[in-house]
Amino acid sequence: MKKRKERIDRGIKVRSGDIFALCSWREMLYLSGPRLFPLIACAVLPLVLDTYWQRVLLSVAIFGLLAISWDILAQSSMVSLGQALFFGMGAYCSGAMDHYWHLSPFITIPLATIMGGVISTILLLPVLRLRGIYFAMVTLIIPLMLVRIIEATKILGGTEGISGLTSLPSHWIELYLSLAALLAALFGFRRLMDSDYGLVLKGINDNDRSVMNAGINIYWFKAQALFLSSAVGAFAGALMTHVYMFVGMPVFALDYSILPIAAVVVGGGGSLAGAVLGAFILVPLSEALRALGGLRIVFYGAFLVFFIVALPEGIFHFITRKYHQFERWVEVEK
Amino acid sequence: MSGTPLLQVVELSKSFGGVQAVNRVSFDLHKGELLGIIGPNGSGKTTTVNLITGFVKATSGKVFYQGRDITSWSPHKIVRLGISRTFQMVKPFYQLPAFKNVIIPLYSPRVKGLVGGKYGDRSAVALDLLEEVGFERDAQVAYKVASVLPQGYLKRLELAKAIALQPDLIILDELFSGLSLAEVASIVPIIEKLLLEGKTIIMIEHRLKEVFRIAHRVIVLNYGRLIADGPAEEVMENEEVKKAYLGSED
Ligand SMILES: Nc1ncnc2c1ncn2[C@@H]1O[C@H](COP(=O)(O)OP(=O)(O)OP(=O)(O)O)[C@@H](O)[C@H]1O
Ligand SMILES: [Mg+2]
Repeated sequence: MKKRKERIDRGIKVRSGDIFALCSWREMLYLSGPRLFPLIACAVLPLVLDTYWQRVLLSVAIFGLLAISWDILAQSSMVSLGQALFFGMGAYCSGAMDHYWHLSPFITIPLATIMGGVISTILLLPVLRLRGIYFAMVTLIIPLMLVRIIEATKILGGTEGISGLTSLPSHWIELYLSLAALLAALFGFRRLMDSDYGLVLKGINDNDRSVMNAGINIYWFKAQALFLSSAVGAFAGALMTHVYMFVGMPVFALDYSILPIAAVVVGGGGSLAGAVLGAFILVPLSEALRALGGLRIVFYGAFLVFFIVALPEGIFHFITRKYHQFERWVEVEK
Repeated sequence: MSGTPLLQVVELSKSFGGVQAVNRVSFDLHKGELLGIIGPNGSGKTTTVNLITGFVKATSGKVFYQGRDITSWSPHKIVRLGISRTFQMVKPFYQLPAFKNVIIPLYSPRVKGLVGGKYGDRSAVALDLLEEVGFERDAQVAYKVASVLPQGYLKRLELAKAIALQPDLIILDELFSGLSLAEVASIVPIIEKLLLEGKTIIMIEHRLKEVFRIAHRVIVLNYGRLIADGPAEEVMENEEVKKAYLGSED
């Protein structure tokens, strides 16, 4: 007997779709829950974790930001293998401004966010016309080239990097600043991608000729998306420079490019929330597996493969569906 | 029919490698006219449209719109001047609901300029436009993702996206192909209404009957060359046209 899965909206989803939602606290909670939960989690988690896991949480926020940055680009038709470019650009900008101009981190971080975004965008502007794997290859290569340039010319500290940079006043500020940025980016860019502006970006991903035919300059919009995405990555880099009080060639490392993609794959692309969820799963997992020593990568890889096979849509879409709908098996007549 | 033409195509040519897709085609188009472009398969009709709308760069020749040289401008700039087109091979945003497909042209600088930047709710305007081209309002089709819509609706969606740009010149590339007679009959009045509103229209068609009924003038392409230009009855009497269509008319 053939069966098919039927999905039906939960009563509460249907009810909270209209004005009745305001009549009952249950419906209100149902609607606001998905927004309140991450807010509360980010407020409370730092307070209950020990210093070691606080460090991990900071790392989660950083990779969450990079994953958001990747997902914004992907939704705008640009597949990137080079989040490290944005991260490293922000890191070096804030490091240099601290070292040479002695500016406070509260000035270098916002400035580096913008400068890193602008420089990364300008670097990639010539290849904006490339699509798919060709664009991806260029984003992969540029950070590697920058490392060699720094090595060969010995600028910005050369292979030694720049150390002795100013740290943020306390590790609480580091942690809450990164988490606040993560939430702001998550909610802000989700809203943007849901607006008519975001629709144009998604349209470019769907059919770029059709967007041109709608009288819209796709390269201008792609450049804007590239700036938004690279600014998010640059912020993450700038913040970490002041956490480590050091900036050097490792900021262009492949980890910063690959892990965000893994996070989006596990969490699910196209929603930004999936990207953040993926970071919240993968980064702590990677830490927990540290005890396994050399086998760590094997388990980590196996976990990734398991998720790609079991939940190709990503965890976030799976959870959203369970939240809004219930499922049952129904027979399909032959 | 006097004054400068709205559109002037002068000795326009395009070759793809060895194929001379469009070969020194020239014609004028005046405001308010409905021009039919016909010709056998592969005669260069779509390429001519692509040349006018900037999707393909001309090998030689010029296109003037309102007296301005727009040869090889990029497509979005040409749209901004007031030329919009539909694609023979429909190009909807498959992942978006039908009405969101229409929001994208409503977001263009052209429309923003015309309505003065304020366009309260684009969804409402998009739904109205879809209703105009025959998406039944109560049937919820407008909310369906484009990938599940049948061909008839996708063609209408193409038309809605073109109209959304509030163009002065609309180019319809085989809008009727793949549609039933009933569907064609329901779209013809929409085109006649656009004409009454003062729009200028170019219609590329395989179905000669439909074009001849509504077109003011017809040009015929064959192997990339323009072989006839004039009122429908006159053009069909042309010996060269008869020869081109002998055997290829189905
Ligand atoms: N991008 C391209 N690359 C190479 N050749 C092309 C390209 N586009 C069109 N051609 C060729 O140019 C010629 C004219 O094609 P075009 O599509 O303009 O014809 P058409 O009149 O629109 O035909 P149809 O009635 O089938 O739509 C054909 O021989 C076609 O193979
Ligand atoms: Mg054609």
